Amino acid sequence: MSPTELLDLLRHDFMQRALLAALLTGLAAPGIGTFLVQRRLALLGDGIGHVAVTGVALGLLTGTSPTWTAVVVAILGAVLIEVIREQGHTNGDVALALLFYGGLAGGVLITGLAGEGAASLQVYLFGSVTSISATEVWYTAGLAVVVLTLTLGLLPQLFAVASDPEFARVAGLRVRSYNLLVAVLAAVSVTVAMRTVGLLLVSALMVVPVATSQQLARSFRSTLVAAMVLGGVAAVGGLVVSAWLSARATVAPGPSIVLLALAMFAATWPLGVWLRRRRRLAEPFPIVGDESSGDPGVPDTHRMAGHDDRAHDHEHDHEHGEACGHPAVPHGDHVDYVHDGHRHAPHGEHYDEH
Amino acid sequence: MLNTTGSPVVEARDVTVAIGGRPVLRGNDLVVREGEFVALMGANGSGKSTLVRALTGLRPLTQGTVLLFGTPLHDFRARHRLGYVPQRGTATGGVPASVREVVASGRLTRRGLLRPTSRADRAAVADALDVVGLADRAGDGVSTLSGGQQQRVLIARALAGEPELFFLDEPTAGVDLPNQQALADALHTLSGRGATVVLVAHELGPLAPLVDRAVVMRDGRIAYDGTPLSHEDVHGHHHPVDAHHDHVPHVGSPFDRLSHDHREGHR
Repeated sequence: MSPTELLDLLRHDFMQRALLAALLTGLAAPGIGTFLVQRRLALLGDGIGHVAVTGVALGLLTGTSPTWTAVVVAILGAVLIEVIREQGHTNGDVALALLFYGGLAGGVLITGLAGEGAASLQVYLFGSVTSISATEVWYTAGLAVVVLTLTLGLLPQLFAVASDPEFARVAGLRVRSYNLLVAVLAAVSVTVAMRTVGLLLVSALMVVPVATSQQLARSFRSTLVAAMVLGGVAAVGGLVVSAWLSARATVAPGPSIVLLALAMFAATWPLGVWLRRRRRLAEPFPIVGDESSGDPGVPDTHRMAGHDDRAHDHEHDHEHGEACGHPAVPHGDHVDYVHDGHRHAPHGEHYDEH
Repeated sequence: MLNTTGSPVVEARDVTVAIGGRPVLRGNDLVVREGEFVALMGANGSGKSTLVRALTGLRPLTQGTVLLFGTPLHDFRARHRLGYVPQRGTATGGVPASVREVVASGRLTRRGLLRPTSRADRAAVADALDVVGLADRAGDGVSTLSGGQQQRVLIARALAGEPELFFLDEPTAGVDLPNQQALADALHTLSGRGATVVLVAHELGPLAPLVDRAVVMRDGRIAYDGTPLSHEDVHGHHHPVDAHHDHVPHVGSPFDRLSHDHREGHR
């Protein structure tokens, strides 16, 4: 397909609707996903997605809108997972597994009872660009805005509860209510993402952008915002890619969105490894005090074990300094330079090994 | 300062806690007055951490009452008056968080819902970081700090809410000596500002000069309450045995006694 044909395709009403839905989904899903990753519940979205399959099937069986039955069943499932997790303490993953398989099996069975084949379920499992109607885009937009407002508005509270529930309880926050809120918001964003990414891949959009932004971010807020931007880019980009490929083959948007998000992760991961390595090198060395001197804060460099006062074997072709390229690391009262796996400390005419 | 006249900040009466049906705390009374620095000590499993958790409301009471600032625990809403430092290991989660963010979450007790941070909030967070000596690490990820520094971050988080009463659960466990000293300095500053401190500790180390009252727990009961004791007093043997003595010296064996009784009966 030539670029002009692609542009023509993107001008179609259904495509514009799909792009809007994808953008909102891409923003909302990683937003709530950040809290799930923080609480080490990265697979919660997947569990809710499986439960929502039953909701879709109920919609097909009763002839009502599958979006709404999916929302209701997903919320019920999310609350159930949260309650089982809270009561059972250690069995959070088992609770997830029970709902995973119950939801998927129930969905396929009920779809069969409704007289529909796997094809009608396929639209919800992997997403479909063309099937999104104008009203559904408005529902999607409304739900996505609710998720975004609550996630960003309650960010400090949700962060406190997710990072240390006990501290949050003593601080007077309603930990259980906030945890239920996160579960419900996750359920809503799963159903929001159902039409674009599909129920089986929705969790990827909640987790992969967070994993990507973690590589570079240092703070929670920047992780969250970067994950939302990455999610939006992946969702819109993946949709365009699938539309572009659709001339040659039937490509569901879900897989292309997820693969694009994964490609972003693959691209940033080496950068993250390098950054973490650099940060570790620049960490101050622990100050090893002489226990008997009684003052652990002051290092006595010449009595320290492992110090070697002789000059380095090979010739120094430069003076260590700000521009020498060797990582400079504060060490007590002086600065060491990391050189070929040694720590060089300037000492008169030569360098001490620290 | 040992304060026998100040108003009671913590009043625990007959505090009993059972975990899984097994009694862990049995009928403990504890009154902590304004400005006191109390160390809760004792062996592992003696119930000192459980007592602190019961006082903060994390562990429901099976029996007894707890009053904080004169208000029963379940009605206690003035949470900003309370600062809690949990046992180590909870400073990091699955997502990176900066030191400033973790400390700022301690300010939530004074911030309303959906309110932006005020200048006072930011000043309190900066001051808390200053007290624990981590002002220069505010923008760094918590996971890049050492264990002792992470413990100081948790103390700064409790400080950020500007509370009057601190509960610290084993703040010095597994922390190296320089970091213990930094912790002690931070707690000294706090205590100097008039805060009441209740601290769980296995060993006091550099905290010893700060403590003006030690409460020693043994088997779920308060065994000692008074001026701080030395390590030997707490862990040494409480019942020195001076000499061996027979409880019933005139009896060799039960049969001796029986035969003796028999003969006596005949007489």
